[in-house]
Amino acid sequence: MIQVLDIHKQFGEQKVLDGVSLNIPRGEILVIIGGSGTGKTVLLKHLIGLLRPDKGHIFVEGVDICHLRSWELKETRKKFGMLFQGAALFDSLTVAENVAFPMREHTRFKEKEIMDRVQDHLADVGLYGIEDKHPSELSGGMRKRVGLARALALEPEIVLFDEPTTGLDPIMSDVINELILNTQRKLGITFFIISHDVKGAFKMAHRIAMLYQGRIVEEGTPEEIQSSGNPILQQFLTGSSDGPIQAG
Amino acid sequence: MGPVTRFGRWIFAQVEHLGRLFVVLFATAYWFVRPPYRIRETFRQMQYVGVGSFLIISLTGTFTGMVLALQTFYAFVTFNAESLVGATVALSMTRELGPVLSGLMVTARAGSAMAANLGTMRVTEQIDALQTMAVDPIEYLFVPRITAALIMVPVLTVYFNFLGILGGYFVGVNYLGIPPGPFVTSIVNLTDYDDLTTGLIKSCFFGLILSFISCYKGYTAGEGAEGVGQATMQAVVLSAVLILVSDYFLTDWLF
Repeated sequence: MIQVLDIHKQFGEQKVLDGVSLNIPRGEILVIIGGSGTGKTVLLKHLIGLLRPDKGHIFVEGVDICHLRSWELKETRKKFGMLFQGAALFDSLTVAENVAFPMREHTRFKEKEIMDRVQDHLADVGLYGIEDKHPSELSGGMRKRVGLARALALEPEIVLFDEPTTGLDPIMSDVINELILNTQRKLGITFFIISHDVKGAFKMAHRIAMLYQGRIVEEGTPEEIQSSGNPILQQFLTGSSDGPIQAG
Repeated sequence: MGPVTRFGRWIFAQVEHLGRLFVVLFATAYWFVRPPYRIRETFRQMQYVGVGSFLIISLTGTFTGMVLALQTFYAFVTFNAESLVGATVALSMTRELGPVLSGLMVTARAGSAMAANLGTMRVTEQIDALQTMAVDPIEYLFVPRITAALIMVPVLTVYFNFLGILGGYFVGVNYLGIPPGPFVTSIVNLTDYDDLTTGLIKSCFFGLILSFISCYKGYTAGEGAEGVGQATMQAVVLSAVLILVSDYFLTDWLF
């Protein structure tokens, strides 16, 4: 479904992505793990065209999105949903208006049908009776779930997650991970998740890849990752300060 | 890094900023004439920019007219020209003070809010979220705000002029003892529609300037609270400077 071929990205003097290649087949949950500042969010933003690589290609269903004009990219983006790290809900809109937003922009549904779908999407993420609240009135976990409902509003083919459990307590993190897993099983769509939540990654992923110093240093099923002898990967999985990965 | 390299990089950075500004400017002009036309959002912005500014315009308009009448009287009384205070207040308000001060007040209130609003949206990834949902942020955020300012700044200018002349009348007639007849007659005889319309043309330009600059600065805000604060400050300062500079050139062109 998505092919990332040898992409490079630099900001000023800092090289963030240094030849990243990945295949993301349809219907798979791929989790990218790695430490803070390793370029995970930068990689994710490339997949939806928020950033363009300095070199390399990104094919979405066979179309190289790196060379699309802005109106062509808009059509490609309708295949995607995205859950941002902070949920990125629109402050001036209510919960219902946030979830309804993509439907109002891109469909011809009547208002009643939109509101029915909003309630269904919120119910799918375990939220009831909060349609008239504003994002500032919600907890972090509730904001993420509303963000997920909004990301799924147009029934996309692929959903991108930018650190879905960052900032949440362990119980809420597991709730979000379960939600992601159940949603994927129910809808069968492709999920691309970046995270440094190792436990969550092993719970959810069909495949895991580790990003370090701008490159994918290891990729495989959770079992393959667990049994890998790669010292960089093992240091990250064990959470040890001792090893080839230097903090800071 | 040597001074020449530093200077060269600074030049490149300024050229990049200018390029980005023109790209956004052309995109804004493009979306002005293309659907979707966000009527409801535009009315919401008109309420914020216009209706929300009525109180501040009321206060500044009234007191500007009052102090203008006072100062003009003290100058004109030496030439026995007190009867011209009315016309002086009216001409000053309609040609200059009305459009310029209305523009500055709307910049301070609504322009700063636009910059802070869009800046906060930038740092909380709400603008990225718009793009990922295939909605152009220029079309969704800029156009309703600029349209609102283009319509409401001239309306506020007319209101400012009216209250300024009224304030001048109140001070001139009730406090300084100018006979009401000559006060009003001088206004009728010495002002015409051109004085009002040229002031309104200026106010349209000022509305465009302050709204575009404020939206642009918020849209390109740097990270964090510091970035939003900087963007808001720059929006107000740059808008105010451009209003005053463009006022000179517009006056030269129009009169």
